Amino acid sequence: MALDRFFPRRKPQVNRAEQDTPDLWAKCPKCKANIYLRELEQQLYVCPKCGFHNRVNPQKRADVLLDGPLEVWSGHIWPVDALEFHDTETYPDRLKRAQQKTGRPDAILTGRGELDGLPVALAIMDFEFSGGSMGSVVGEEIARAAERAAAEGIPFVLVAASGGARMQESALSLMQMAKTTIALEGLARRGLPYISILSDPTTGGVTASLATIADVIIAEPGALIGFAGPRVIQQTIRQNLPEGFQRAEFLLTHGMVDMVTDRREQRAELSKLLRLLQARIGPKVPAKSSEAGASEAGASQPAPQEGEHHHV
Amino acid sequence: MSKPVPTPPDHAASSAQHSIDQLQDRIRDLEQTAHDTGQNLDLALGPLREQLQELHSQKLPSRWERVQLARTAGRPTALDYAEWICTDFVELHGDRVYGDDQALIGGPAYWQGRRVMLLLQQKGRDTKDKIKRRFGSANPEGYRKAVRLMDLADKFGLPVVALIDTQGAYPGLEAEERGQGWAIAESIQRMSRLKVPAVCAVIGEGGSGGALAIGIGNRVLIMENAWYSVISPEGAASIIWKDASKAPTAAEALKLTAPDLLALGIVEEVIAEPAGGAHLNPQQAAHNLGQVVSRHLDELAQQSPEQWQQGRAERFRKLGAFEER
Ligand SMILES: [Zn+2]
Repeated sequence: MALDRFFPRRKPQVNRAEQDTPDLWAKCPKCKANIYLRELEQQLYVCPKCGFHNRVNPQKRADVLLDGPLEVWSGHIWPVDALEFHDTETYPDRLKRAQQKTGRPDAILTGRGELDGLPVALAIMDFEFSGGSMGSVVGEEIARAAERAAAEGIPFVLVAASGGARMQESALSLMQMAKTTIALEGLARRGLPYISILSDPTTGGVTASLATIADVIIAEPGALIGFAGPRVIQQTIRQNLPEGFQRAEFLLTHGMVDMVTDRREQRAELSKLLRLLQARIGPKVPAKSSEAGASEAGASQPAPQEGEHHHV
Repeated sequence: MSKPVPTPPDHAASSAQHSIDQLQDRIRDLEQTAHDTGQNLDLALGPLREQLQELHSQKLPSRWERVQLARTAGRPTALDYAEWICTDFVELHGDRVYGDDQALIGGPAYWQGRRVMLLLQQKGRDTKDKIKRRFGSANPEGYRKAVRLMDLADKFGLPVVALIDTQGAYPGLEAEERGQGWAIAESIQRMSRLKVPAVCAVIGEGGSGGALAIGIGNRVLIMENAWYSVISPEGAASIIWKDASKAPTAAEALKLTAPDLLALGIVEEVIAEPAGGAHLNPQQAAHNLGQVVSRHLDELAQQSPEQWQQGRAERFRKLGAFEER
């Protein structure tokens, strides 16, 4: 597949760490092929031999989807240890480690950018930070980003990568499922698209709330997506799980996602979808009559209609 | 918005809770005064704090004991409460897509004379019944039926009363195939969109998303010995220590009891149970639950539809603990 077709304007960005890395080859975890790091990066961390999708960090994810830089919204709120949670280590120690590892306060990056010329709000979960788990900060950042997107009248794209709600914040984490779901309602009220990209893995409370209420759900090839973990299910039913269970392709077969899309095609797919779904930003279809013209003018400034968001 | 639990004097556990609440209030007031005036009130605060610790450690069951109380054989089930509190309950069946889940049931009824739509997580009464209902763990059909009943509640202006009692949604192969996560998410979303008020009460176990699915209330209440958490103590113990027998330790860490949740602002009110737990005097427990839910329904009845929708959204929007920097 010609990458240029999808990224006509974008130059691959190489950060310093990669340029300096002495290890120029990476081994694909799936097909074991040795791949030149530079090529892997150009392929957006998808194995050029077997199509395996390696996990990518939020910044790279933003680079993959956007024309230019992300105008970062998140990063000003920090997690606290409201429950004084202590298991094998304290929650503050756990947080500190994750913060040092990822350089961000919590498992989320949000902001605004342009995707093929279209303004979008992006919320990207960081699996490297405590398994992408959703606690109060992740919930609050997503809620704020969704509200800001609604206020600015731009679509919202979530890239999910999460083991679920964060155990160390217990019921407070659980409540983030409700909070994010409710905050995303503002987009629905204003007729703004919400699209989620489910990457590996998307499970637990994130699957059971914000990730699956999107207008369109895109799954990344091979991604593990589900509510209960495979191990828990196996313990419950006491039999082996079928091949490919809870993988993106399995979910497509069962009608749970709209498409399974290679990372290298996601930007193009999103661009197409957003133009189709958003009457006011797409290329205008020439009006054939004065009536069509009138309705189009109406569509360019949709009024929020509170009573018109029935369950579907 | 929260009101203290009415506590009969003969009620050991909840009068202890009452004393703790009073003591906590006094300590908070003194701390505020110390903060505002710059006075050092440590001499006064010290003994009060000790007294509070004493009350916590001696008078109240531990968190793990409460979890066990919530699971005790003979503890009233949601259907028991519905039968004792409600009249003319008409159970409606099926999600109109796949099947009729027995772990999450519901239908219209009168709640002490008030028209409501009941949503009940039902664990089952005897072994056969429990197996049929998967011990209260619903499949996607249960949540989709709940969504259908919420549609009816909106259409006919019936306030929703949800009684929560589940260890969690059923973690089965077919449940995943039929979109367990999707069904829960839809239920959360649908409940947040209700044009009628909703009162939810955790009556036993409130396990994770499977409980939250019918927990988006204008008021969320919890019975004194019930628990509500992102994960069961056993689940947390298996993740943390790879050992489910560490559940008592996990229960402490998860802060999952009624007093914990009241302190965190996750519930509006704790409903008192008879001394020793609801199973020792089910009728008294039903009386308490019936009265408290009725009071909240009556308060909400004074509000407008906009207030119901907005109030519910705002209630959940503000939950969470973090700091701005
Ligand atoms: Zn490969």
